Amino acid sequence: MDIHEYQAKKILAGFGIGIPRGGIAYSPENAEYKAREIGGSKWVVKAQVHSGARGKAGGIIICNSALEVAQATDKLLGKKLVTKQTGPQGKIVHRVYIEEATDIKKELYLGLVFDRSSECIMVVASTEGGMSVEEISKEKPESIIRSKIEAAVGIQKFQAREIAFGLGIDSKLISRTAEVIVGCYRAFSELDATMVEINPLVISKDEHILALDCKMSFDNNALFRRNQVSELRDKAQENPNEVYASDRGLNYVSLEGNIGNIINGAGLAMASMDMIKLAGGEPANFLDVGGGATPEKMVKAFKLISQDEKVKVILVNIFAGINRCDWVAEGIIQALQKIKIDMPLVIRLAGTNVEKGNKILKESKIKYIEASTLEDAANKAVAALKKLKN
Amino acid sequence: MSIFIDKKTNIIVQGFTGKFGSFHAEEMIKYGTNIVGGVTPGKGGQKHLGLPVFNTVKDAVKKTGAVASILFVPPEFAADSAMEAADAGIKTCVAITDGIPSHDMIKIKRYMRRYSKKDKMTLIGPNCAGVISPGKSLLGIMPGHIYMEGKVGIIGRSGTLGYEAAQQLKNLNIGISTSVGIGGDPINGSSFKDILEKFEEDDQTEAVLMIGEIGGPQEADAGRFAKENMKKPVIAYIAGLTAPKGRVMGHAGAIVSAYGESAVEKVELLKECGVIISKNPSVMGETVKLTINGKKN
Repeated sequence: MDIHEYQAKKILAGFGIGIPRGGIAYSPENAEYKAREIGGSKWVVKAQVHSGARGKAGGIIICNSALEVAQATDKLLGKKLVTKQTGPQGKIVHRVYIEEATDIKKELYLGLVFDRSSECIMVVASTEGGMSVEEISKEKPESIIRSKIEAAVGIQKFQAREIAFGLGIDSKLISRTAEVIVGCYRAFSELDATMVEINPLVISKDEHILALDCKMSFDNNALFRRNQVSELRDKAQENPNEVYASDRGLNYVSLEGNIGNIINGAGLAMASMDMIKLAGGEPANFLDVGGGATPEKMVKAFKLISQDEKVKVILVNIFAGINRCDWVAEGIIQALQKIKIDMPLVIRLAGTNVEKGNKILKESKIKYIEASTLEDAANKAVAALKKLKN
Repeated sequence: MSIFIDKKTNIIVQGFTGKFGSFHAEEMIKYGTNIVGGVTPGKGGQKHLGLPVFNTVKDAVKKTGAVASILFVPPEFAADSAMEAADAGIKTCVAITDGIPSHDMIKIKRYMRRYSKKDKMTLIGPNCAGVISPGKSLLGIMPGHIYMEGKVGIIGRSGTLGYEAAQQLKNLNIGISTSVGIGGDPINGSSFKDILEKFEEDDQTEAVLMIGEIGGPQEADAGRFAKENMKKPVIAYIAGLTAPKGRVMGHAGAIVSAYGESAVEKVELLKECGVIISKNPSVMGETVKLTINGKKN
């Protein structure tokens, strides 16, 4: 789960990390008031969307008066921000964060992630703050410091100091920098985060260490014990179909293509999508209805796929293991009585009682194209799509 | 021989009396698995499915001589149960549970470091379909009847894609020695490499089919292991060609976040290691067949 910059800042501030003074605003008047409240003569108005690279997309505006703050807010609110990370559909700005401008002396990068190789928490730091970590690893790989932290014992002060010295920090700021690193580690481990990134972490001209921009992501599997994190979810930032799916226990990811998929199991779903691509088509989504593919889940899945306007053909691929193809077939028929589908439908059943399942479908009134293998299903879906276009 | 389990392996079920645990315990018993009891804290002394229920894994091990367990405990308590199994002397624990926090998985793995190699439990999963040695024993949730006994080992992350592979092999009259689901989580008990190592030593297994997916370093590690340490051929399919970067594709671990984690990059690396690639998921069985036949000629 991702959260907004201002939420991440608030969390990190609670772990002793310095942040510039700021506040959230929902209207230009509100923003102007906030700017006066913060004080100073220069502010930054930042669009709050779940994405990095907002600056280049016009989502961050520097202002020299409270009036300008109001104007910038007016410009950003309701705007669809398309960044390198949001995809072409972009994300809508519903709130802005007003922050005092900081005079920057030095920009650093600080990130924490799980390292799947060592199964440790990895601290990644660099003197090249402001660039994305991908850019840093491409352009200045020598500037990157990596430090593996044993989760069982946690970060040690010397490890944090080593990173701080490695960043070439002035000796009088070393212990303060180390505290920031330790604070980020604590936030990561105490809140079940999967990522903490401060970019840039800056040293201001008046020698303060401040998190100028930051991002946090959390382990969805741990939200049951992190109410304070769950509350920060902003569904408006997520694809509406994905929200619909996740609220109903379906694993769904919206994609760019036009062949809708209903599949049981994540691996089989990815494999079916691969087959569609190899057959010359593009999947509209990833959808795992769960191993059991119960009738209730099938209804929800058909509803979800049919409300996606991109979808022109639907491909159902169910491997019945513990359940049986005849049950799955009945489930599909029931679902199609509730949800009207007026586009080509390819169904591939496999596994237990496959002959029975196919027979039930054939004898029913539903209009569909029967497929035998993964490859056959993908080819038939792509062929059906081509026929529509002609 | 098979790896991890055979007809005689004494097995207990952790989370025995729950709905999910009961259902699959019955399926396993039907298959012929030697289930000797189960653990549900607070229900010790009762009988369930005609078998004894124990309060602790230690009690169960002491009374039944269990050496393997299967875990159906809800995610909130699963890490605790896995560590309890390790401490009670269980040798192989399959964790079926989906949704264990990553921080908990790290904790389990660190906890198990206290045991010497000889005493250390092998954890398989979580979020997996388990282990089946066709004709011998089922320590998992897979449909037993699609697995034919034979000489090919299977390792996979996904449940249904593994079933798909078993079915393709069965249609070609090729049997399986053991199939192991290592699960879809980012941090798991056993890696592809760990299982490859077992298959290389297993005299029943002649070739291994590895079904990987996007995310993480384990497929690449396995490829390097196969190149340096294996005589048996390894065939691989990697799912997720069409998966966008940075998105979780169902399995918590199926996310491309670094270089080398996409399907295309993994396939390239595996090819360099001499692993035979199944070019699409529809020909996993055929690719295995061609490989085995090639070896014989």
